[in-house]
Amino acid sequence: MKRMPEALIMAISAIVLGILAGALLMVSIGSNPIAGYYHLMRGSLMSVMRIGNTIATSITLILTGLSVAFAFKTGLFNIGASGQMLMGGLCAVIIGLNVVIPRPLLLLLMIAAAFAGGAAWGSVPGFLKAKFNVHEVVATIMMNWIAYWVVYYVVPTYLKGAFLETESRILPAQASLRAPWLTNLFNGSYINLGIVIALVAVFVIRFILNRLALGFELKAVGFNRHAALYAGIHVNRNIILSMVIAGGLAGLAGVTFYAGYAVNMQIGVLPIQGFDGIAVALLGANNPLGVLGAALFFGLLHSGKGFMNAMTGIPPEISDAIIATIIYFTATSLIIQRVWVRFSRFKKGGK
Amino acid sequence: MWDIVAQIFPYAIAYTIPLLITALGGLFSERSGVINIGLEGLMVIGYFCTAITVRYLEPVMPPGTAVPIGLLAGFVGGMIFSLLHALASINLNANQVISGTAINMMAGALTVYLARTITGSGNILIRTGLFRRTVPVLSQIPIIGRLFFTQVYSSTWLVLAILLISWFLLYKTAFGLRLRSCGEHPGAAASAGINVYLMRYLGVMISGAYAGLGGGIIMVTYSGEFGGTVAGLGFLALASLIFGQWKPFGVLGATFFFGFAITIANVSQVIPEFAVIPPLILRVFPYVVTLLALVVFSKSSQAPKAIGQPYYPGQG
Repeated sequence: MKRMPEALIMAISAIVLGILAGALLMVSIGSNPIAGYYHLMRGSLMSVMRIGNTIATSITLILTGLSVAFAFKTGLFNIGASGQMLMGGLCAVIIGLNVVIPRPLLLLLMIAAAFAGGAAWGSVPGFLKAKFNVHEVVATIMMNWIAYWVVYYVVPTYLKGAFLETESRILPAQASLRAPWLTNLFNGSYINLGIVIALVAVFVIRFILNRLALGFELKAVGFNRHAALYAGIHVNRNIILSMVIAGGLAGLAGVTFYAGYAVNMQIGVLPIQGFDGIAVALLGANNPLGVLGAALFFGLLHSGKGFMNAMTGIPPEISDAIIATIIYFTATSLIIQRVWVRFSRFKKGGK
Repeated sequence: MWDIVAQIFPYAIAYTIPLLITALGGLFSERSGVINIGLEGLMVIGYFCTAITVRYLEPVMPPGTAVPIGLLAGFVGGMIFSLLHALASINLNANQVISGTAINMMAGALTVYLARTITGSGNILIRTGLFRRTVPVLSQIPIIGRLFFTQVYSSTWLVLAILLISWFLLYKTAFGLRLRSCGEHPGAAASAGINVYLMRYLGVMISGAYAGLGGGIIMVTYSGEFGGTVAGLGFLALASLIFGQWKPFGVLGATFFFGFAITIANVSQVIPEFAVIPPLILRVFPYVVTLLALVVFSKSSQAPKAIGQPYYPGQG
């Protein structure tokens, strides 16, 4: 029998442990975990519309997951996908609300703006890391909160609607990634053209990492910065470039969320998708295809939670708790490894 | 100007204190060699434990007793939850940043999950927190009396006492020397007979307890209602740690600076002298300053040398 790749065993073990932890939480409040998970799955899969919504939820996660995974490949930890997503979304929404040009051009411009906004936000920690060796984790956290407050003041000042101070005007239909044919195909779901962006991104990133010299250089920097330098690779340039692309990907997540899943931008929220992206990247073993699969799985968890809450009374935060548990167990994969090693030894020894 | 300072001073202190105690906790963890990104989540845990304890004890206990017990619950709750981070980063050689991120997400999700189950809305309201007191004689001292002894919470004195004790522990006792050596060179520490695992466990547990207390103090001072998030204060505590260069009094200065900055941003709309500055500038000020501080200190950082590195027995 062909051996399963280790990353897959780890991912499945972490998922199983996460689901067990979720079941434990359901039991702890006196709910039936089987009913809970049943309704969670029904909530995300029971109709064509709900499947569409699940995919729509996953689109954003694919892109934030790719963002984190891409930076990981260069040995950088991008905790800042949230902030980059906000800035990408903000740039796209500003264009969408103010520019009047034919729809295809407008959408392309919004997508480009989103990439640029996220890339700009990612470039700062990248630059600080390359030039001053500032730890990117702290720098990206600071950038997250700067983005949070930028959105907090820019939206009410320049983009607010007639009634609410806390959100922007609603994007006109022509500036939305939702397409009537796609919406109708999925019986009126939130699914949108972001799926194209996400899938293209998965394959472009895969191509960069596996086929281009650039990808090789980025990975070399991630494996061993000093060896890469010795081999004549411009380490600093690659660090900045890695964060720019990672930021751009998170920026794209912003346009798919604020101009696709949602119809406008709200203030006072640091999008959870940025942090979920860390879970997606870890579970997907930083592999673009793995990211795609992991994002679909997390999309399932997020998309069905409202229905589960309505049917069973289990609070929707259960999904976030499961995802956090999965991150925890992927980080501590050593414990899973030890158990597996012991288990396989036991099988061999026992004959 | 003096009047404005005296006016906003009590608020600045109220913001500084939870930041200070949390950052001090982070100091213990990072000095022992373990990065603790999870401070934010540990604060949320303390916030929740204090809220739930006070809510249930308030109706049945004599007045004034529920709040201290609630704070103790926050302290203990944070300490217990931090064991997850300790286990991951000390025994299982996990990436400490990822483990900390998991702690943050788990704390936010778990507390709101439980709060929703208990109260239905996910918010927990308490009737009475701590009261501001004016110290009788000391408040008459010119300047200092008005700033430090007028309208203060008793938690302020508690935290300042903990600051002094922490400084003493870290720099004047064998325990402190051992803890710090584990963050600088765990291999050398181990060869001198120090139990690196134990020291790091203690470091992380103190950080959890302090952060939990910090969250609890938010609950019983300026918040009064649990809402599932401390809005980035834990990350600001982390920034204070860097800004204060991993030294107790440096951290005091940094947190006071941030506490003041937050307060100015909060009140800028009602005080004409500040209203001329765009609020966005005031809001992002602490974060931008932290980025600049990181650049300035990058050449001469006092960060513990072995921070973030797992320790393997027998390593040189």
